[in-house]
Amino acid sequence: MAKINEIIQQTVTYQLFLMLLKNLREFFETFGEIVSGLLQTLKYLLSMQINIKQLVEQSSRFAVDSLPITLSIVSMTAIILAMQVAPELVKQGGKDYIGLLVALTMVREIGVIMSGFAIISMIGSSQASELATMRVTEQIDAMEVLKVSPFKYLFLPRVLAGAIMMPFIVIISSALGIIAGGLTTMVSAKDVTWLCYISSVWQGLYIRDINIMLLKSACFGACISLISSSFGYSAKGGAKGVGIATTKAVVWSFVAIVIIDCIFAAAFYF
Amino acid sequence: MSIKVENLTKEFDGRKVLNNISFEVKQGEVLSIVGFSGSGKSTILKILCGLLNADSGNIDIENGDIAMVFQYSALFDSLNVFDNISFALQERKEFKNKYTKEELKEIVAKSLRTVGLSGIEDKFPHELSGGMQKRVSLARAIVTKPSFILYDEPTAGLDPVASTVIEDYILRLREETHATSIVVTHQMSTIRRCSDRVIMLYDGNIVFRGTPDELLKQDTPYTKQFVSASIEGPMKITSSGF
Repeated sequence: MAKINEIIQQTVTYQLFLMLLKNLREFFETFGEIVSGLLQTLKYLLSMQINIKQLVEQSSRFAVDSLPITLSIVSMTAIILAMQVAPELVKQGGKDYIGLLVALTMVREIGVIMSGFAIISMIGSSQASELATMRVTEQIDAMEVLKVSPFKYLFLPRVLAGAIMMPFIVIISSALGIIAGGLTTMVSAKDVTWLCYISSVWQGLYIRDINIMLLKSACFGACISLISSSFGYSAKGGAKGVGIATTKAVVWSFVAIVIIDCIFAAAFYF
Repeated sequence: MSIKVENLTKEFDGRKVLNNISFEVKQGEVLSIVGFSGSGKSTILKILCGLLNADSGNIDIENGDIAMVFQYSALFDSLNVFDNISFALQERKEFKNKYTKEELKEIVAKSLRTVGLSGIEDKFPHELSGGMQKRVSLARAIVTKPSFILYDEPTAGLDPVASTVIEDYILRLREETHATSIVVTHQMSTIRRCSDRVIMLYDGNIVFRGTPDELLKQDTPYTKQFVSASIEGPMKITSSGF
């Protein structure tokens, strides 16, 4: 029996199974840490223990620092979309739908998800590395010894700043995307006028779409900050640990916002 | 305001870092914990101040605030000296809104004066030398008037003169605050000048208890090896430290 066990343990399948089990355990541990961070943050949010100075600082960092890159990415995506779609739609006799297509794509999907990706790379990574550095240099330990909760002082202002500022970023970037798409359309499809494009924008865009966009972007903002802060908070080791925490925060945030996006699409548009 | 530790045990990844450790520190006393790297000294401090949980054992600490001075100061690098020192007074629930801005300025200035500094409230940690950072860290520790102060290698990384200055402030804080203190150190001068009693750890066990003079007498193989900084003796280098 012992011999059989030894043979089984040497097989590739067994090793793969062990690796899978280890990864699964790590996944649930990480997920648990994020949920625990969320619950602690909610505890301080519900008891209104909000550090206004930190909230303003984090909001400014979240919105102002990330705005140029977010606007660039979203408007470039809108330009690419308009360049590829407008001439084809004009050929097919659908010039009255170009604005609608660009607007719906921007408001329902591209504006939010592209802003999310930009925010993850700009803000999420910096939040994760900042907290991870604080962890490995014992600054978070010092905070705990001074009996100040890191969830109250570090997590809550970041998560709240994300939830508050992300909708503003998405509104501005989506609006700019629609305008950039219109300007590109007028260049790439000569038959389409600005008036034609703008009236088409309003054809299929409803307040409901805007509301869903705002709700989704608030979820994205909070989620990015929460995941980034959680990975930073749980960082271990030195410089390598900071790097690992930052990479994991970016990867998890990317996956998380795509999953949230999918849930929103299924809940509101399916 | 004493600290009583009984049968403290802690394991990391199956390795026993602390094995039934028991000791007591009386009010106003300074206990030094010595031993080679990896012997569990800092783990004791982290358990005492609540950063780590012990696997088993009892810790009896009378009511009172615990402050800790970290090995590399652990000042908040995004805050200036004023905000670092007044951090607990500004953020802790029991102190919040208790002091006006002017009162906070006075408290911070007084704390800085206690550690021989002044006029550096607007500076950020990266603008200070290692010795000054350590003194700011001492000022941050005493601002809440703690009953217990834990020092984790307070002179690590400092030159001999800066180390002497820190030792002087440890003695001065003891006189002024009457706090019960535990100092984790490798430095013989810190042991000799600052402590009332010493315990030495090796492989998770206490291998020596006594006064600094008894340690320096080198009556046991452990104290002899430690004081003479010899690699020959009962304490062996292992993959997880000494």
